[in-house]
Amino acid sequence: MEWDWNFVWEIMPTLIQGVKITILATLLGSVLAAIVGLGIALARRSPNKALSRTVGFLAEFIRGTPLLVQLYFIFYVLPDIGILLPPLVAGVIGLGLHYGTYTAEVYRAGIDNVPRGQWEAAKACNLSARQTWTHIIIPQAIPPMIPALANYFIAMFKETPLLSAITVLELMNQAKSVANTYYRYIEPITLVGAFFLVISLFSVVLLRWLERRYGKIER
Amino acid sequence: MTQWSGYFGLILQGALVTIELTLMGSVLALFMAFLAGMGRLSRFFVLRALATAYIEFFRGTSIFVQLFWAYFVLPFIGVSLTPLQAGVLALGLNVGAYAAEVVRGAIQSIGREQYEACTALNLGRWQGMRHVILPQALLVMLPTFGNNAIELLKATAVVSLISLTDLTFQAQVVRAQTGNTLVPFTTILIIYFILALLISWGVRSLERRMARGLDGVRA
Repeated sequence: MEWDWNFVWEIMPTLIQGVKITILATLLGSVLAAIVGLGIALARRSPNKALSRTVGFLAEFIRGTPLLVQLYFIFYVLPDIGILLPPLVAGVIGLGLHYGTYTAEVYRAGIDNVPRGQWEAAKACNLSARQTWTHIIIPQAIPPMIPALANYFIAMFKETPLLSAITVLELMNQAKSVANTYYRYIEPITLVGAFFLVISLFSVVLLRWLERRYGKIER
Repeated sequence: MTQWSGYFGLILQGALVTIELTLMGSVLALFMAFLAGMGRLSRFFVLRALATAYIEFFRGTSIFVQLFWAYFVLPFIGVSLTPLQAGVLALGLNVGAYAAEVVRGAIQSIGREQYEACTALNLGRWQGMRHVILPQALLVMLPTFGNNAIELLKATAVVSLISLTDLTFQAQVVRAQTGNTLVPFTTILIIYFILALLISWGVRSLERRMARGLDGVRA
């Protein structure tokens, strides 16, 4: 079977529709992952052992199981207990929870990286816990985290095709439906690959810039 | 009450397929990792360029797209793969690309003095690599290889979408036949988690065994 450019132009608008949903899912998922990760990181630092252990185990569990199965779980099991979610919302929650467990580690490393002396100095200056966090710790902890966070958001972007399995009409699903309609697989699937490669390569450039601008987390 | 024993047998069969895929994928990934990782450090420009292109391509597009490409597009250009072959190929090549960077990083992390010692002992490039550099670099690679193997295990869930009867696929079968969603999905989540724990436990004990003779060498 030959590569057909006319067919490519014909299906392009449909695929662009898919790209929009893919990017939307990535952005929403990133925001959720950033918040969930912060929640997990803070809970694990909590002096309450029961809380920190439970959250630690849950995070470990989510990180050790496949995103696809988690998406199925959210999409198929939750309706049984009365929570009916639209596909995109279920997908975003899945992405956010899964990558939240990864971003939690970034936060942890970033917070641990602030030298002890800073905590002690804050105490010496009689700052409250809240002031210590907002004025001393967070401003120093955030910048080195940015490249590592961006790295996970790019990884998340590459996982979005999984949302097609729970009927979100993103890029992969659009390509599949086009392919099934015309029974031509070469162009749609290859184009999906090309889209991902191009966007990933651009994001790598952005990532390099972020790394230069904010520096890497030292391990 | 549904007859769960029969369905549980189905899920165990799926677990076997998942394990088989993980093992075969890991072997291919390991092979590709060393091939491409050493390729990136080669003296020859062509080898370096080939290795870089391979790594960037497979890290830049998602595993899902690669799997679909292998399964749906390759037949049109004359290469027909069974689902299992397509799965192992996509998983191995994808994770191999990530692991190749681990190999490169580990080899580069070995200090200059080790290379100088090789030269002083009149070892050839290959001899030095085989007897001095790699034994030390392997130990650096192992923990990250363990993480990569868990990523591969999680990625195997995706093959259920090209009709390979792995854990996730069997859970969907059980869901379709019984209408129950909580039991099958919870069961496979736990099985995946146990498999992930087994991998990290195995890698850690391997690490201990390999570190035995190297205590004096490592700072």
